Amino acid sequence: MISLTVNGERRRFDAPLTAAQLIASLQLTGKRVALERNGEIVPRGQFHQQPLSDGDRIEIVVAVGGG
Amino acid sequence: MNSLVVAGKTYSSRLLVGTGKYKDFAQTRAAVEASGAQIVTVAIRRTNIGQNPGEPSLLEALPPSRFTILPNTAGCYSAQDAVRTLRLARELLDGHALVKLEVLGDPHTLYPNVVETLDAAQTLVKEGFQVMVYTSDDPIIAKQLEEIGCVAVMPLASLIGSGMGILNPWNLQIIIDNAKVPVLVDAGVGTASDAAIAMELGCDGVLMNTAIAAAKDPVLMASAMRKAVEAGREAYLAGRMAKKLYSASPSSPTSGVIAPAHNKAA
Repeated sequence: MISLTVNGERRRFDAPLTAAQLIASLQLTGKRVALERNGEIVPRGQFHQQPLSDGDRIEIVVAVGGG
Repeated sequence: MNSLVVAGKTYSSRLLVGTGKYKDFAQTRAAVEASGAQIVTVAIRRTNIGQNPGEPSLLEALPPSRFTILPNTAGCYSAQDAVRTLRLARELLDGHALVKLEVLGDPHTLYPNVVETLDAAQTLVKEGFQVMVYTSDDPIIAKQLEEIGCVAVMPLASLIGSGMGILNPWNLQIIIDNAKVPVLVDAGVGTASDAAIAMELGCDGVLMNTAIAAAKDPVLMASAMRKAVEAGREAYLAGRMAKKLYSASPSSPTSGVIAPAHNKAA
């Protein structure tokens, strides 16, 4: 069991997972998003190789309307 | 001559528009089309995490293949947050380097914090970003941002979202006169004449959002802004006549006027 903070919300997972598996669990696969793990960018091309650890702080962002 | 060149890339439109505060993406797209803008700003925000999986995406309405997407750092109050936001933006937009930096000072005025802005600009330029920077209308800060390596300096005309127009044309004039990079008015434009005045001062462009989005008819206002920016630019290039209180120089010939009517009463 691991616990991640994703966009400020605590989420628990039964087993360790990769960034790609997190994206899939949030139904964001194929969407244009960017991901930061503990303040560092994880390039999209590395989502499948990037393991996430208990306590990680994850930010997942998109482009929205703004000036 | 009549194109805007930013970071070596040429744009035929000198109007840059934001994409916030519209009713929906269809209206956003219609307003952007009517404005003729080629550079459009976007904000970077947390995605919803499963609460609303079918949510439409802004970049589907405004595809990066068609528009130059200019990610901003709106809502950032420190250099560090602004830098992190733009690193995320660069990743989101496949390595795209052109960004709009803004570091705000307080949530009531949204006035820029120029100390944090200078700090963030330094980091971003070192990391290879092409930084278009929102700043105050302080000519010294504007020059320092240029010297750091920002590709465009974007002083406010008045506070973000205020629609108060150009409050200090003289400072803008000094910034324009001293700049070797494009100067764009960013923030404060309220209506078409404000945009025209900015361009007549010699600005290289105008960036606006609320003036269009908060109009009763945003698409029509977008069209008005397009014309105002073009008209202001042409007037600047044409060179206006000197102002004088009395000309003593009528536009029509002074000779050949028909004889005055015979006044029978006299």
